[in-house]
Amino acid sequence: MSELKEELKAKIIEQLNLEDVSVAEIADDDPLFGDGLGLDSIDALELIVMLDKDYGIRLSDPKEGRKIFESVEVMASYIEEHRTK
Amino acid sequence: MNKGVAITGMGIISAIGNNVAENYDALINEKKGITRVDNIETIQRDEIMVGEIKHINAELIAQLNLPPENNYSRTAMLGVIAAKEAINSAHITNIKKYKTGIVSGTSVGGMDMTEKYYYEYLTEKEPQKYIESHHAGDSTQKIAEQLGIEESLVTTISTACSSAANAIMLGARLIKSGKLDRVVVGGADCLSKFTINGFKTLMILSDTYNTPFDENRKGLNLGEAAAYLVLESDKVVKAENKKVLAYVKGYGNANDAFHQTASSENGDGATLAMEKALKVANLKPSDIDYINVHGTATGNNDLSEGRAILRIFGNEMPEFSSTKAYTGHTLAAAGAIEAVYSILALQHNVIFPNLNFKTPMKEFSMIPQTKLKKKELKTVLSNSLGFGGNCSTVIFSKEA
Amino acid sequence: MKRVYINSMASISSQKTFENTEFLDTIIEYSEPVIFAHDPDYKQYIAPAAARRMAKGIKMGVVASKIAMDEAKIETVDAIITGTGMGCMIDSEKFVSAIIDNNEQYLTPTSFIQSTHNTVAGQIALGMECKAYNFTYVHSAISFESALLDAKMQLENDEAKNILVGGVEELGEHTTKVHKAINHIKPTSVSLSEMLKSNTQGAVFSEGANFFVVSNEKLQNCYAELIAVETFNTLQKEKVSETIESFLQQNNVQLADIDLVVLGNNGDVDFDGFYNQLSDAIFKNTQQVYYKHLVGENNTVSAFGVWLASKMLKTQTIPEIVKINDTNLSEIKTILCYNQYRGQNHSFVLLKKC
Repeated sequence: MSELKEELKAKIIEQLNLEDVSVAEIADDDPLFGDGLGLDSIDALELIVMLDKDYGIRLSDPKEGRKIFESVEVMASYIEEHRTK
Repeated sequence: MNKGVAITGMGIISAIGNNVAENYDALINEKKGITRVDNIETIQRDEIMVGEIKHINAELIAQLNLPPENNYSRTAMLGVIAAKEAINSAHITNIKKYKTGIVSGTSVGGMDMTEKYYYEYLTEKEPQKYIESHHAGDSTQKIAEQLGIEESLVTTISTACSSAANAIMLGARLIKSGKLDRVVVGGADCLSKFTINGFKTLMILSDTYNTPFDENRKGLNLGEAAAYLVLESDKVVKAENKKVLAYVKGYGNANDAFHQTASSENGDGATLAMEKALKVANLKPSDIDYINVHGTATGNNDLSEGRAILRIFGNEMPEFSSTKAYTGHTLAAAGAIEAVYSILALQHNVIFPNLNFKTPMKEFSMIPQTKLKKKELKTVLSNSLGFGGNCSTVIFSKEA
Repeated sequence: MKRVYINSMASISSQKTFENTEFLDTIIEYSEPVIFAHDPDYKQYIAPAAARRMAKGIKMGVVASKIAMDEAKIETVDAIITGTGMGCMIDSEKFVSAIIDNNEQYLTPTSFIQSTHNTVAGQIALGMECKAYNFTYVHSAISFESALLDAKMQLENDEAKNILVGGVEELGEHTTKVHKAINHIKPTSVSLSEMLKSNTQGAVFSEGANFFVVSNEKLQNCYAELIAVETFNTLQKEKVSETIESFLQQNNVQLADIDLVVLGNNGDVDFDGFYNQLSDAIFKNTQQVYYKHLVGENNTVSAFGVWLASKMLKTQTIPEIVKINDTNLSEIKTILCYNQYRGQNHSFVLLKKC
């Protein structure tokens, strides 16, 4: 699980071009949107594609993403439970 | 300054008809043009519906009598068809008699050919002719050539989904300022894999018929279309004893400056655009008889636009409807095809229904006109809202 | 009708032009047929969070607009109007190739959003929270001039006081390859000084952003007065001279009043004749300058021509490197800029000392 979390942090940084952020700076329970990392709705769409491509999880409603992408912690446990690859 | 600019001709091709008469017939008979996509091979076929013009490119080439070595993109061909109808309907036989220009809006441009031959361009000679048709100005350049417009002002606007509305706006200002005597204004966009997949990534494409202003709306249907108006100065109208179809009475453009793709919650940009247009027209909100809303049927647009309309019209809400359920969202052409629909509404004193509406949105009690309605119309307001926060309003009127 | 002034400007080009204190003092030599912009430190101007999705063209546009706004000492404007012939090529290429390479699967929205032509104008508005009029013209070599004309009409009619106008173009790798394939780009390397004599087809492709604050109120350190802008979709070679003369006449300027002409020569053997016929005849005794040997060719590079003209009017100096001939001009009062691309989309911009 902690391995997955580190993997997710690295992917978030890479996928979303967060040049000035390092893996160590993202805490497991940091909010990703709003005050935390400051991600927005376009980032959410990017992350939805990542879920599909890397973990075989398809979301049809972007609103679902909002809950799943609350923090790296929440994201990791959702992926653990639903992943198909 | 508040006098309107005369519209003396119009032309259109869309999923609901190849000319103005066919479009009108479909509008009053509630015939929508939304289907599965046939002319583009895409893996998204079963997941989306589109407003597609069913003629394949070869048919358009034949209709326009283009030589086999032509390098017309589909956008250019649709544009030429609609622009020629507009010129004919304005009874223009000698285009060079007055200083005539063209302002067109497009967002796809020649992308349909680029995506088809992207890698072939590097190795195959035959498709290389399309390389020069890629840029957005090419379709406008070709329309000018087909109409015989030379040595004149020919330009292209690309502000996403408000492009054609902005072309109408610039055209009206060019006439008012005396830069041109006559100007063809409008827009053209064809369907492409680029836009189909682009909107798909934004997750705002509906897998069924789009339902503007409905609580359970699932997103938009992309469409393709072209439409043009002919605007003429008072001097030309008088000298040629021209029949005026309607007037461009007011216009306004503003930026939401909120987000790259989404509209602000309270529709600040749209509100400002409508305010500016009313000011240019010297009209009060209560003077507007019908609103042809942008109404794309995405969650975000309809909520934001609805709130903006409420801010302007409050309790004096005229009938409103979105015609996107007929045609799909035709992107850069939307402002032009809806201009044609607004003029048809004025000419026939009729409000076109907002198809597919069932349930009012929970955020407010705005209910679109869902049945064809006869009503004496003097003024119609049309909104076009796009990416990059681009918001435009054009007001059309019967009287100058 | 109000008069229109260029109050401030900024240029990001293949030369060191983004510092307004300099004026082509040191020249960067190039010999490749594709040349990139000499970049400012974008991080100094754009916060990392905002910059992370920006392709080169957006960064150039945003930073050039900031430099121009700073020089004019204003925080906001009444309109933002941009021109871009090709739009954001890098993201367009990214999205098209992803569609093809991945067979329409696993596509992400960012490059699609950024590929929209009005992205630059939209991001400038977003950055300064400017809810004003926001237009983008995309008509090949007259994209910038269309924007300038729009701004001029609004300022003359007093519909606006200050307008940010600019042109921006970025190089995309695939598009460059494709244009090489059809000989629109020079086949071999060519040094700056040899460009006009290269005797080959095609141009040296480039990128850049040139932004201006135009106003109907003259600032004390104003660069130039914008007298007229006109564009022509077509113009036969034989008709250029007479069209220039009638353009000048309409603006109450005599041919003899033109002190200096800024020409768009790009060394393309097929199309430089449009300019050379003027250098040899109606402008034979006029000071002629050119600039594409310094900054290359792109759809909005004519905005660099306007930048150059404005800078010469303000500083009353003509850098040696841009001179085609030398007439020992004592005072520069009136400048005409003429540009066309591949025989189409011609533009005239008439400027006066302010």
